Amino acid sequence: MESFAYAAPATLDEALEILKAHQRRKVRTQLLAGGTDMLVQMRTVDREPRAIIDVKKLKETNKLTLGAKETYIGAAIPGVILTANPELNARHPGLVEAMDLIGSSQIQGRASLGGNLCNASPAGDTIPAIIANGGICVIASGSKTREIKAEKFVVGVGRNALKPGEILLGIRFPKPAKRTSDAYLRFIPRTEMDIAVAGAGVSVTLDKSGTCTAARVVIGAVAPTALLVPAAAKALIGTKLDDAALQAAGAAASAASKPITDKRGTVEYRRKVVAVLVRRATRIAAERAGAQ
Amino acid sequence: MTKVHVSTTINGQPAEFLCEPSQSLLDVLREDLQLTGTKEGCATGDCGACSITLDGTLVCSCLVLGVEAAGKSLGTIEGIAKGDELHPIQQKFLEHAALQCGVCTPGLIVATKSLLDANPAPSEEEIRYYLAGNLCRCTGYDKIVRAVQDAAKTMRGEAA
Amino acid sequence: MSEARDFRSIGQRVIRPDGVDKVTGRAAFGADYALPGMIYGRVLRSPHAHARIVSIDTKKAARMPGVLAVVTGADFPSVGSEEITGGEGAGNYKDLATNVMARDKALYHGHAVAAVAATSVAEAEAALAAIKVKYEKLKPLLDLDAAMADDAVLVEEGLFTSGLPEKPTKPSNVATVMELKRGDVEAGFREADIVVEATYRTPTVHQGYIEPHACLATINQGGQATIWASTQGHFDVRSSTAKVLGLNVSDVRVIPTEIGGGFGGKTTIYVEPVAVLLSKRSGRPVKMTMSREEVFRASGPASATKCVIKIGARKDGTLTAMSAWLAYEAGAFRGSSMAPGAMCVFAPYKVDNFLIRGFDVLVNKPKVAAYRAPGAPQSMYACESLLDELAAKLGMDPIDLRLKNAVEEGAQAAYGPKFNAIGFRECLEAAKRHPNYKIPLGQDEGRGVAAGFWFNAGMQSSAEIHINEDGTVTVIEGNPDIGGSRASMALMAAEELGVPYERVRVQIADTESAGYTNTTGGSRVTFATGMAVIQAARDIIGQCKQRAAATWGIDADMVDWADGKAIPKPGVNADVKPLTLAAIAANAGRTGGPLLGRASLNARGAGPGFSVNIADVRVDRDTGKVDVLRFTAIQDVGKAIHPGYVEGQMQGGAAQGIGWALNEEYVYSKDGVMENAGFLDYRIPVASDLPMIDTQIIEVPNPSHPYGVRGCGETPIVAPLAAVANATHAATGVRIRELPLSPPRVLAALDNAAGSAAGKAAG
Repeated sequence: MESFAYAAPATLDEALEILKAHQRRKVRTQLLAGGTDMLVQMRTVDREPRAIIDVKKLKETNKLTLGAKETYIGAAIPGVILTANPELNARHPGLVEAMDLIGSSQIQGRASLGGNLCNASPAGDTIPAIIANGGICVIASGSKTREIKAEKFVVGVGRNALKPGEILLGIRFPKPAKRTSDAYLRFIPRTEMDIAVAGAGVSVTLDKSGTCTAARVVIGAVAPTALLVPAAAKALIGTKLDDAALQAAGAAASAASKPITDKRGTVEYRRKVVAVLVRRATRIAAERAGAQ
Repeated sequence: MTKVHVSTTINGQPAEFLCEPSQSLLDVLREDLQLTGTKEGCATGDCGACSITLDGTLVCSCLVLGVEAAGKSLGTIEGIAKGDELHPIQQKFLEHAALQCGVCTPGLIVATKSLLDANPAPSEEEIRYYLAGNLCRCTGYDKIVRAVQDAAKTMRGEAA
Repeated sequence: MSEARDFRSIGQRVIRPDGVDKVTGRAAFGADYALPGMIYGRVLRSPHAHARIVSIDTKKAARMPGVLAVVTGADFPSVGSEEITGGEGAGNYKDLATNVMARDKALYHGHAVAAVAATSVAEAEAALAAIKVKYEKLKPLLDLDAAMADDAVLVEEGLFTSGLPEKPTKPSNVATVMELKRGDVEAGFREADIVVEATYRTPTVHQGYIEPHACLATINQGGQATIWASTQGHFDVRSSTAKVLGLNVSDVRVIPTEIGGGFGGKTTIYVEPVAVLLSKRSGRPVKMTMSREEVFRASGPASATKCVIKIGARKDGTLTAMSAWLAYEAGAFRGSSMAPGAMCVFAPYKVDNFLIRGFDVLVNKPKVAAYRAPGAPQSMYACESLLDELAAKLGMDPIDLRLKNAVEEGAQAAYGPKFNAIGFRECLEAAKRHPNYKIPLGQDEGRGVAAGFWFNAGMQSSAEIHINEDGTVTVIEGNPDIGGSRASMALMAAEELGVPYERVRVQIADTESAGYTNTTGGSRVTFATGMAVIQAARDIIGQCKQRAAATWGIDADMVDWADGKAIPKPGVNADVKPLTLAAIAANAGRTGGPLLGRASLNARGAGPGFSVNIADVRVDRDTGKVDVLRFTAIQDVGKAIHPGYVEGQMQGGAAQGIGWALNEEYVYSKDGVMENAGFLDYRIPVASDLPMIDTQIIEVPNPSHPYGVRGCGETPIVAPLAAVANATHAATGVRIRELPLSPPRVLAALDNAAGSAAGKAAG
């Protein structure tokens, strides 16, 4: 393929058809949602021509439902729509927070949860929050649909579990149980516009007495992929989320991390800060859960 | 390369252009349509100088493909003033000396309009966070924030 | 020369004449111009920080679709060694030419090695990829310690240090050494009750103007070139481009576009001669713009530095001796801002014994360029930090320590001359009284104080004033308006002529239409070009008096000028009505022809600028993040012509200084590749990073300017570095002597301090 091509199918069938045709002709193909990562990559590190399939016009990627049992967020819905939804904010505050942290107001007009997940950056802000919320990826695969857990979706730096011909349609989340809430925090040197140096998404469930009965702790930007840290959750469960429990959870997260030193931070720094973020995010999630 | 024919609406007027599938909307606006009020500061979505609205949503035109403009309605800095009259945001930027070199100014004005259209009475903090994607290297943002606050007041119909 | 007077226009917060075009998108900046038949030029840059260029094969590229010209260093004329005068910052035309296009060696990652012009950017870029360059990699030198080591590889073979009493016996990477001294510094240290000494380091930083370098150039078969360029000084673009291409100055016309920020970084040339040469080869107008990445990698950042400062003082705070050892990275070619850095470092203080030694050091990084008060922020960060350490040891308030030693009128500056009227003491006293200096601080919060200084420049300027047939006024001058200077020029012309500001318009004319004028830089424009405008206005007034006198049949010396009118002096026995400028203009054809005023000058006596900044910060002890809570900038500007734009300079300089203190730095790989060449990871402050910047303008009139103006644009960036560093120390009790105070560095320092405190406690 010597030049770029672009298609914006209006239906899923059409999109899958185009994908299949490209596959047959061995055309390099890339799906486009908000494009806030992809277009930058196209202009810098990866200029090779390809066929672009814009998935923003599909019904399935734009659906947003807050059902009795679950939440469904279409993969291509821009942040600006998600953050403006009060019901979604109330149900998954940490998830919306994570989305909102990505880039500027301008980026929010384009960037999507699905795009952030597919881009599979180790520092992707929504990924820890999606995993903390028990997200399940809904994937169109030929004429069928398959589902995988969010923590299995990202398989490496910049690599996801989509097979050729597949499209991520959206992400399902179980409706949080009573006295369950979440939080996401990241550390950046400025107040905005940076990539996370470390991140932490935490979901906790409390009983009436304030004891933690369930937790999911996920850390970002400290390993090739976001990491679900069961040891950190274990440190929280059964406690009243006192300082000792938070310290233990932070230490577990720190121990599970496998950070690198790069232009954004050092190994030592990331190890320390991820523990701080786990403690702080847990405190916020607990406050939110307790207020219910 | 095969160019794509695109029909769109820019500042309320129908517009058509031919572009490469990989060409950015910023590039189309500046090089093909001669709408050079929209500026390029980085081409990677980090500076906000190329801010426009796409169907009413604030975006960086460097992170939109020209082909994506098909059937959409675009708003650029050239469409902010209504005929012979400056928009209150433009007027307040002038009154508050909220620009020095002026190259970030079109993007800031487009972004400010998006903010105030959605939130007529933003706090200082809301203004600063909303405009965090519009880099200004000259002013230290102080006078920009004040101009936005004053413009909001005027747009709300309160005396300055 | 400064006159006490009531101003009518000066000091008004008027709307700038170019404002409407800039808020509506009409204003045309460097990349906004186009010509029929225009093509696009792109540059191939070295992937190595230091390499011999063995060969360049452009044959395939030249045959690619759309390609109309390919050039390499071999296509440029050879340029002899000659010092550059008139620009901002030191340099040599031979080096400039080699920086524009590498010849036998690539001296930094991003150094231009070839260029292509094609009918589209995509075609030009495709052609660049087809150029084959054979490199022989050399070891890159990436920091001062390595470059100054005895056995260091040489960036420039055969470079012998200049500025020493005798030529050294062997070459080195130290291009220039400079020494300033007075008294007996060792005796001064012996006299001291307390001596403090410390080493401070600052990183490579960039001006970070939002508009990348851009130009459009065309040249005809007769060798006459026209260049539209975003520049701080089109006369320098003309002379430099002519020199690099071997053209006559009269054959190069440079039209300045609107300029989207420069801060010193647009005082030299990069793509302009390349565009002209590509135009010559292709026969087409050529547009060249740098990408943001190219701006970071291949324009001129500010020097990384290592500064060792030593200060001796008596118990009462009197300074007895000061010494400074200042090393500045020049980049790949000599000519850093070491000299002004050395001249500024102790300028605010009276001290009988001092020794300052400066070193201009070559490394394999882009050639540095001027950056706002070039050289001063680095050396003064070091000195103002050490003064803070000294104040703490003496148990003195840091403002009191500075007041005790502050220079005042008549004091001899460390860099030579005696100060005229200056406002340092006034700034310090204002800081001491400022309500922000007394606001109580909370946990993990700290307050820091620091002083700033910049000489301010005068230099050459020209101005013309045309009185139009309706009495309106056109001012023509030659300084690109980088932050509202058209408004200042119009205010001064309106003031002098006695006409409403709105009747005055200012044109920034090209090199063929304005008289020669030095670059917009050195904080010289409002002072020097303003003085030329005032003189041109006085020329007009003299002519108007003559025209009125001729009309009235009296002697010209019997005519006064007041409120924009010619009036007969008291006692003139003639029944005449005052003549307005409009009336004289309307009748000009009958009284001697058009009214045209002119002035050209080399302005002397730019009043130095002093400032005092107060920074309040809060430090997150868990993450090492430093947030600026409040920032107060106090500065003597002599006379604020447009207070809004003066405050803007103070606030903008503060923001840049805060960025330099907290997050900005070039991050290099071990191979000399900048790893953060974009606004994502080269972190300039965003709106949500900063508080309002409180300003207080001090006006101690500069006696050398008719209205008392002293430059105000550069001083503001000097003090914030130390003010923020001192505040961070106050908040944490830990002194970090290296910028930026980025979270990893601050957290490591806090943890180290806690560790050693625990160790002591345990021991």
